Parts: sequence; structure tokens; C-alpha cells
Amino acid sequence: MTLAWLVFLIPVPPLIAFFAILLFTRRSRFLSDLIAVSAILLTWVFAIIVLIGAFSNPHLGENPIEASLVWLPLGPSLESSLRMGVLVDPLGAVMLFFVPLTASMIFIYSTGYMDSGSYWTEVKNAELPPADAVVDSAGRTLVKFDASAWKARFMAFIALFAAAMLILSVADNLLLLFVGWELMGFCSYALIGFWHNRVYPDQPGRITPVGGGIKAFMTTRVADVVMLLGIAWLYSFTGTLNFREILYNEATLAALEMSAFPNIAALGGLTVAGAVGLLIFAGTVGKSAQFPLHTWLPDAMEGPTPVSAMIHAATMVSAGIYLILRMFPLLSVGWDGDVFTLPMQVIATVGAFTALFAATIALAQRDIKKVLAYSTISQLGYMVAAVGIGAYVAAAFHLMTHAIFKALLFMGSGSVIHAVDHGEEHAKEHGAAHVPHGHSFPLDFDAQDMFNMGGLWKRVPVTAWTFLIGGLALSGFPLITAGFWSKDEILADAYAHAPGIFIVLAVAALLTAFYTMRLIGLTFAGSPRTAAAEEAEQTDLRMNLPLVVLAVFAIIAGYVGVHEDFPLLGRLLGGNPFHRFVSGTLLEHPETLPFDFVPLLISIAIAMLGLFVGWLVYVRKPLEAGQPDPLKRALGPVYTLLENKYYIDELYDLIFVRPSIWLAEKVVYQLIDRGIIDGFLHFVARAAEWIAFRHKDFDTQIINEGTDNLVEGFGEMSDSFKYIQSGRIQQYLAVAVAGLLMLVGVFVWSLFIR
Amino acid sequence: MQFPFLTVITFAPIAAAVILFMMQEDSDLDPATDAEQIATLRMGYRTIAAAATFVSLLLGLFVYFGVNQAIGAGDTAQFFFEDGRWAWVPQIGIGYHMGVDGISAPMILLTGLASFTGVLISWRVDDRPREFFAFFLLLVAGVYGVFAALDVFLLFFFYELSIFPMYILIATWGWKVTREYGAMKLTLYILIGSILALVGVIAMYFLAVAAGIENMSFDLADFIRARDAGVYDQVVELPFNLGLATFARLWFPVIFIGFGILAGIFPFHNWSPDGHVAAPTAVSMIHAGVLMKLGAYSALRVGVMLLPEGARVHLPWIVLLALVNVVYGSLIAMVQRDFKYVIGFSSVSHMGLVSMGWATMNVTGMTGAGLQMFSHGVMTALFFATVGMVYDRAHTRDIPSLGGFWHKMPTVALAFIVGGLVSMGMPGLSGFVAEFPIFVGLWQASQTVTLGNGQIASYYALIAILAVVGIIVTAAYILRVVQRVFFGEFDEEKWHGEISDVTTLDKVAMGILAFWLILVGVYPAIMQPMVTHGVEPIARLLGGA
Repeated sequence: MTLAWLVFLIPVPPLIAFFAILLFTRRSRFLSDLIAVSAILLTWVFAIIVLIGAFSNPHLGENPIEASLVWLPLGPSLESSLRMGVLVDPLGAVMLFFVPLTASMIFIYSTGYMDSGSYWTEVKNAELPPADAVVDSAGRTLVKFDASAWKARFMAFIALFAAAMLILSVADNLLLLFVGWELMGFCSYALIGFWHNRVYPDQPGRITPVGGGIKAFMTTRVADVVMLLGIAWLYSFTGTLNFREILYNEATLAALEMSAFPNIAALGGLTVAGAVGLLIFAGTVGKSAQFPLHTWLPDAMEGPTPVSAMIHAATMVSAGIYLILRMFPLLSVGWDGDVFTLPMQVIATVGAFTALFAATIALAQRDIKKVLAYSTISQLGYMVAAVGIGAYVAAAFHLMTHAIFKALLFMGSGSVIHAVDHGEEHAKEHGAAHVPHGHSFPLDFDAQDMFNMGGLWKRVPVTAWTFLIGGLALSGFPLITAGFWSKDEILADAYAHAPGIFIVLAVAALLTAFYTMRLIGLTFAGSPRTAAAEEAEQTDLRMNLPLVVLAVFAIIAGYVGVHEDFPLLGRLLGGNPFHRFVSGTLLEHPETLPFDFVPLLISIAIAMLGLFVGWLVYVRKPLEAGQPDPLKRALGPVYTLLENKYYIDELYDLIFVRPSIWLAEKVVYQLIDRGIIDGFLHFVARAAEWIAFRHKDFDTQIINEGTDNLVEGFGEMSDSFKYIQSGRIQQYLAVAVAGLLMLVGVFVWSLFIR
Repeated sequence: MQFPFLTVITFAPIAAAVILFMMQEDSDLDPATDAEQIATLRMGYRTIAAAATFVSLLLGLFVYFGVNQAIGAGDTAQFFFEDGRWAWVPQIGIGYHMGVDGISAPMILLTGLASFTGVLISWRVDDRPREFFAFFLLLVAGVYGVFAALDVFLLFFFYELSIFPMYILIATWGWKVTREYGAMKLTLYILIGSILALVGVIAMYFLAVAAGIENMSFDLADFIRARDAGVYDQVVELPFNLGLATFARLWFPVIFIGFGILAGIFPFHNWSPDGHVAAPTAVSMIHAGVLMKLGAYSALRVGVMLLPEGARVHLPWIVLLALVNVVYGSLIAMVQRDFKYVIGFSSVSHMGLVSMGWATMNVTGMTGAGLQMFSHGVMTALFFATVGMVYDRAHTRDIPSLGGFWHKMPTVALAFIVGGLVSMGMPGLSGFVAEFPIFVGLWQASQTVTLGNGQIASYYALIAILAVVGIIVTAAYILRVVQRVFFGEFDEEKWHGEISDVTTLDKVAMGILAFWLILVGVYPAIMQPMVTHGVEPIARLLGGA
């Protein structure tokens, strides 16, 4: 089928763009932008053609678009070889809908955002500093650095990243998925640490982009390797990693369910399906930043904002959810709609806990991107929990809508940061006369700190409106936002199947609405709190267009998944086409729940309550410059705890990082390797040397001297012998006779007497 | 008769070494008056060395693809490109017999790659270059010989042949601080190991003779005959009245560990980082890249293949040593200050994966080990080449004092990153293609392999889980080096503009190595089927095929 070969081509344009930019057009920012954007748009066109083919096929679940090639012929026969191929089934089609869409928008946005980018960097060898250098409180000589020259490189890496995500989306097997998965991990390291020479004045302890990149890579790596173990195990058990062969195949699933984990008592009761499922879920915990591996995502905010929109909203973190959706038949094998399987219980618990936990941290963050980061963790927790309670379609639905509105929010925040940053520059140029409230341009002015903003509604109207739409979608504002429909579906499912999870998610939803309003209020409401906010200006078309496009999708994307029994709208909108489409992915099509007003009303009430309280606190009475967060007064020490993210980073440093370095350095290296093993070796060597020296002593003292003495003795003896040689015949004769007698004696003795 | 490819591959470097020794010595000339002549002479030395290794590399490629095609076409022979079976010392059954199978053909290619690139990056050696290249070529010849030998005694002969020049190369051209220590440590370890193994092989020979195997010789085929006749399953008395055991069970650990020392198996790995660090760059490349594979390869060829009954009993605990290698090496690599020691200990870690692959005793895991030998060999050669290039210019390998070298030598940084990604096991590169089957093999083995009469079962799963720690730490130490050495700000004043980019030859060398890492990673079918073909008969003996 020709359409399948077009699927192979989907990741190709960005991949080519990566090499083309790095190899040829690195020096030209314009050409690089052009190549990258046309590549992703071309990919989008491919994806749309494939999607049209997919949507026009009513039995896509049974007959997906697929094709493959032999890649690693492991094992004795060709059947057991690893094949590399592509697959577009309904779930894959969902990915192909939102990934190229958001990626294209982010690419266009990046061409504007990355045009400027100046920050402080440290000058090495500060003896002859540049004229504009300053010294911060930590004694470092700093100078402003303009990184816009690196834009082409940025476009190259983000293109590679997009290619990786597309590979993952169209992969027909776990191994190819893992290729995209790891490639994304590497690109995220490069992209988060993109401004690799950035430092923060007066904040020597603050994590830098480089640190953020390493942390993101290492944390997700831990999870990835565990996941790889699961993949290896699955392969050793089934002899294939093809999604369809394992997950769309009752016999394989049944075999996986029936086999117990062999003979390890501690893991008794776990089926192979359960154990493999849990190992693979570990990959999601890392990539989708679920507790306890969530710590990398907030620090990944050190990357340029388009990166945050791309990696931490639309694609990479979504990949984790996609993975467990993909593996859902494995995770849920044996689930009869009643008692959850062990992996599902774990997944639901982790997801729900993360949803609430991250939402609480988001309450007390000052940095606009950090709020969004924790919000992302929390929303991903929603989806994870949804998978855990078997709300398959709802999770896929929220995955799609969240990718859109969170990309919108991140890009909006980038637009705000961009505006404030430029406002700061303008204000400086205009001089102190324009500076209100005796503001004195501290070195550590933070354009991401919401407390340095305020009153931006009039300064950046496009950003403000689109941000509001995104924010309302995030908080689940009823009926008009996409987030409402998808979140409501998860809550309804939880209400029906897992009341405990429902309560946790509902509380998280309340907090979500509240912190979203706080975010909007602190950023846009009231009057500017700094000169920079006062001078902020709306960004250009390249950054505004994507905001508008995504804002439109953040409203309409929800209407595909309205419950068919929803009053009025259900019938009008085609009776939940999303559900009908996506459920075809599974062998056993999940049914829609009967429509229930209770969770719907609870969900509406919660969203409105959270928004209203947020409005009361942050919009009705906007914050003045220098005024502390009203929430701080209300929450007291809890606020400090939240502000410091429950001190989890510090805890991990104390219990993981330091001990492992200590173990490696002191115990393994110095004690065992250099101490015991080398020590023993050197002891043997010394002992051998000692013995050798004693031999030498023996040699010189006993043998040498002995021989000397002997020789001397011989000398003396021969001296005495000279008297024998007297020349007198009689004497000789006498000796000869004596000798002869002796010989005869010996002869007689040996012959007869013995 | 077929053209004797393997013989030519092995003896071309020896011939070149002999020619070098016959050439005029450049130190005989006075640098003040005959500078031009000295330059010509040195160019001659290098060209001869490069030509000889290049010829071997080309022929090696031919052999590699020949074997590849034959296997792809369904040829069921175990060995290909056989030369000789000529008597050498017929009185005690020593002969000359060369040939390769699916495991050793990639090793021949690896040797070719590492030796040719090694010569290229040694282009600027100016301390007695004639002797340097001559001994280097002898070393290379020894290594080729081991991989190509099908006579066990010949294998030992080449094995020892490669150790002797190694000692001289390290002790003379090595890093001044530790070269004598490193060279001595390495030589003693390897000699002791090989003598243990040799004793074992001689015992095997005489046992077969005593058991009445007709026309017994040191040829591998005769040992296989003896093995199949059950000679090594004979019960022998253990020393010190410890009871009875089969011959294979008694001698397998001696032979396996004896060779395993050269593969850096814990706790006998200690020579390797010290040796790597002390050696000059090209020698480190051969040393870590190829020489360590001699140990792993011979342990398989002589130990596992000829004494499978012993392997079945002992590999289930030897896997624990391999596990220690993997985790321990990576942990130590993480805390090294010396750039070269990081790579040295990383080799200890990665070679643990090879032993682990052998110890899975099934086709998948052993295939992974075979691929890992190639992948690690090329990767480490690349690593040591880059380390050498940085050291040649910075004159220090202290990680905290380096930084920002990306700006001065981008190709080197890129090459190191490619090697680093291979090391981490990134999919799309050869490291993943090697490590993934090893882990699959471990899972498979967890269902079949037991220890101590079956009381301890399924622990291979645990090994797989624990080995993961090593893989994670690998990412940590690679990132650390990349970050500290190549990224960050370059300090212009500290290095006084002394840091220049590398030469074109260096880039070519790195390009050749990186090409193979990517090729095997993207298209593993170019190597994997032949390795599988090579390990299959061995795995069958172990019950894992």
C-alpha cells in the first residue's frame, strides 16, 4: 500500500533539515529557518495525507496502515528477526494529528523567539575584562552575551528532535519507538543546555542550562534503561516486539498473562505481563516526569522557551503517555473491567498522586515557566491515572488537547518573557528617569519572575488573549474549552470506576484552576510592577501566529470527543467520533460510560470555584510592586515547603547523588581497586622483591663469599700441594702405589664385601 | 589452492617490520646537517607501516565480506578462508592452520581498522619512529594471528608474540610517569594468565593422546574430535583429596580465567587501566580496542568451545564476576580525574558485558557479546584516539583543567560524542545493537540456567537488573567528560593559543572508526547474522541453541 510508504517519509524532512543545516547553512540564519520550517510543513502535509487515508478507513483498527523491513535478524529464523516498520492505527493517527501541528507552530515561533537571546555569561581570566563587564556578588566577572548567532544550530537540533518524535509516533515496534525515545532524550539534553554558557548573576547556586540538561538526560536515562530491560524481557518471551503481534494478538497476551515470574519469591504472584508492564511503565515515569522522577522537568525550564513548548508540553512528555497507551493491552491483560491489574493499580496511584502533588507545588512558584512545568507534571499525572483506571480513550483525548493548550501556554509565556526582557532593555536605554518606584536594574533581574510583571494585558494583547484561552482550557472552563471535555471525561471515568482516584483528581483540578488564575492575574492584571513590564511590547507575527492558531485548536479540538448523551451538544457534534475512532485501536473496543450528571457538575463546580477564588485574590485586587504573595500569608510555612518543592531535590542529592559518588570514589576505587586489589598485588610484588633480595644476600654472602673462600681454600690447598711436586721419583712412586691400593680396596669392597 | 588471505594478512605486518628493521636508522644521521634526509626516512617508515596495515585492512575487509556472503548464502561450514594445515613441529602435533568463523571475521576487520587508524594518528611520532612502527607492526601481526589461528598452539604462539612488543612499546614510548609500572604490570598479568591457559591446553592434549584419540594434534579440529569423543568428560581426581570431578569441570575455570585476565575480568582487571594509560595512543587503541578481545575470544574458542561441560557448570558463577566488572568499572570511571583513566575503566566495564554475553550460554546473548567485542573495540579505539589528540595539545589529561575544546577541535569533540553515545548504548549506534541482545539473552538464560544443582534459579534476571546500574553510570561519566572537556568556555590565555585543530589524517582516522560504529548501528544485519552463525555451534554445546 503506497500510503504506508508515505508514512516512512514522515520523519524524513526534519531529519534532512538537521543535516542540511549543520553541514551547509549553519552560517545563514535565514536559510536555516527556511529549511527547518519548510521541512516541518512538508511533514505536516505528509501527515495530513496519511490522516485522510486513515480517517477514510472505517476499519483502521483491524487494517491499520503498516509496512516493515528486516532490521536485526536475531535468533535462528527470519520470523524471529527484529523488523523495523511503521504503523498508523487510530492511536497513531491521533499522534500524527497533534505532533506535526504543534511542532510546526513551535518551529515558526522559534524563528522569531531565537532571533534574540542575550544573557549573562562568565568571563574567564578576568584580568583584562571587557569594558561592559560587571562583577556580581559572588565575585564572578560577567558580561552580556548574545546567543542569537547560534540560532541555526538551534533550528537543526529542534528539527532532529521533531524527527525523533515522529519516528516514535509512527513506529510499529517497541525497538523503533525506543530509537525515537532515546534520540529525543539526547536532543533534549542538547536543547535544554543550548545556552550552555549562561550563568545567573548573584545566584551562584542556581541551576544553569547545562545543569538542567544533564539532569534531564540522566534522570530520564535511569528510567529508560529500566524500560529497556522490560523490552528485552518482552522480546525474550514473545520473540517479537511488533505492537500488532503482541498487543493485537489474544494468544500472545494470554501467554503473557499465564506465565508467572519464574521462581523469585519476592516477586511472587507477578505475571510476566505484569512485570514487563511495570518495567516499561518506568520509562513513562521518567519521560513523562511522574513522581518520583519528576524533578528534571522544572529544571529543564532552563532551556529556551520553544524547547519547553516542544519537549515539555507537546511531544516528549507526551511520548511517555503514548507509550502506556500503546502498551495498554499488556498492562491491562486480565482486567475484566472490575479488579485492576497490579500494573494498573501502580499506574493509577502514581498518576493520581503526581497530579495532586505537582499541582500543590505549582501554587507557590514565582517563575512563570516553573508554574507551567509543574502544571504539566500534574496534567500528565491525570493522563497516567486515566490509563491506570482503564480510561483509555479519555487519556488519549486529554493527551491531544493538553499537547495543544500547553504548547500554547508555554509559547505564550515565552512571548511574555521575551516582551519583558526587551522591556528591560528599553527601560535601560531610556534611563532611570522612566523607572518607577526607584527601580535600579539589579543584575539578577529575572524576566521570568511573575512578580516582576503585572499589567501586561494592555502591553501584549495578543499574548494575553491567547494565554487566557490556554489557561481556561487548562483549568477546564466548561463548554468552550478543549481541556474541559477531556478532563471531564477522565473525571467521569474515575467517578465510575475508582472513587478514591476521583477525589484526588478533583482536588487537583481545583488547585489547577486556582493556580492558573494566579498565573494569569500575576502576569497580566493590574499595573506594571517594574519598568521592564511597563516597556514590554507585543512580539512580531512569527510569534503571534502560532499562538492564534493553537488558541483556535485549544477551543475546537475538544468538540470531537463530546459524550454522545451530552445534552444538546452530544448529538450535534456527531456523537463522540473521537471515542469511536480511537477505541478501534484495541482488540476489545472499550465502551463509553453511561452519561452521568454528577461528575460533570462536580467538575464544572470545581473549575469555576478555583477560577473564582483565583480571580478574587489575584485579579480583583492586583498585586502591587513589592507586595508579597497573598497566598504566603494564608499558607505560612506550607508555602515555604511548596516553594521549595518539598525539598525533594535536596533529598535526592543527599540519599542518591552523594552516596553514589562517595561509594565510587572511596569504597570502590580507593578501597577495593587501589587498596585491596592493587595492595595485594603490590604486596606480592614487594614480597617477591624481598625474597629476591634475600636470595641476592644469600648469593653475595653465602654463595659468593663461600665460593671465594672455597677458591681461596683451593689456592691454599694447591699451595700446599706444591710440596708434593717435589721432583723426587720415590715420592711419586709411593703416592702411586698408595693410590693403586686405594683403587684395589674400593674394587674389592664393591665387588665382594657389598 | 586458494589465495592464503589470512596468512598474508598476518604476515604483511611482520614483513613490513622486517623491512623497517633493515632500513637505515634516522638517529644515525645528524639532525643539524641531514634534516631533509631524516624527514624522508621518517616518511618512509610511516608509509611502510601505513601500507602494510592498509593491505591487511583491505584483505581483512575482503575476508569479512566473503564470510558474510557465504553465511548469507546459507553456507553451513563453520570455518572459512582456511589456510595450511601444514606440519610445523609434527613430533608433538603442532601445525600451521588458519581460518575464520563468524566470530573471528569481525575481529580481523576490527584489528585492521584499529591498526590502520593507529598508524594514521601516530604520524607525528618522532621518537625513534623506525622502532616504534616496527614493534607496532609486530604487535598487530600477533593479534591477527590469534584471531586467525585454528591450531591451538599457533594461537598461543601469536598470543605471546603480541605481548612482547606490547611491553617494549609501553615501556619505551609510553607516558613517562607510569610506563615502566604499567608495562610490567600488564606483561606479568597477561603472561601468568596465558601460562595458566597453556598448561590447561597441554593437559587437554595429553589427555586426548592418553585416551587414544588417533592422530591427535594441537589442531582445533582434533580437540573438537577429542571433545566429541567425550575425552574431557572423564572423571579425574581432584588435588588435595577434594574428591572427583570431570576433567572439563576442573580445567575450565583455569583456562577461561587464564584468558579472561586479558579480557579484564574482575578481579584481574587491574592491569588494564594502568596499561592503557601508560601506553602511547596508538598502542592504547590496539590494546584496549583489540588486545582485550584476544582474551575474550580465546576464552570462548578454547575454554567454552572445547570444554562445554565445564562451561555449563562454571559460567553461571563467572557471570557474577562479569556483573562486578560492569558496575565496578563504570563507578570507578565516574570518579576519575584523569581523562584517559575514565576510558580505561570504561573498558573494564564494557568488557564485562562481553563476558556476561558468553555466560548467557544462548545464541542471542552470545551474539550480543560477539557484537559487543567489535563495537567496543572500535569505540575504544576512537576514544583513545581522541584522548591522545587532546593530550598531545594540552599536555594534561586532568579533566577539571580542560574545557571548551569543542571550539578548537570540533571534529574530535564530535567523534568523542559519537563514541560516548555508543558507550551509553544509544539505539542507532553499534553499542545498542550489541547490548540489547545481551540483555535479551540474560532474560532467556534466567529461564534455563541454574546454579548449584538447580537450587538457585532465575538469578540471571537479577543480573540483568543489576547490570543496568552500570549502563546508567556510563551515561554519567560520558556526560561528565563531554561537558568538562569539550563543552564550556575555552580559556584562551591558559593555553596560549597552543591548541590547534587536528590534522586531516587524524580526522580520516576518526571518520573511519565512527563510520563503522554508525553503520553497524543503523544496519546491524551487516554483522549480526555472521556472529550468530559463529556462536550457534558453541551455544548448541551449551544447550542454548
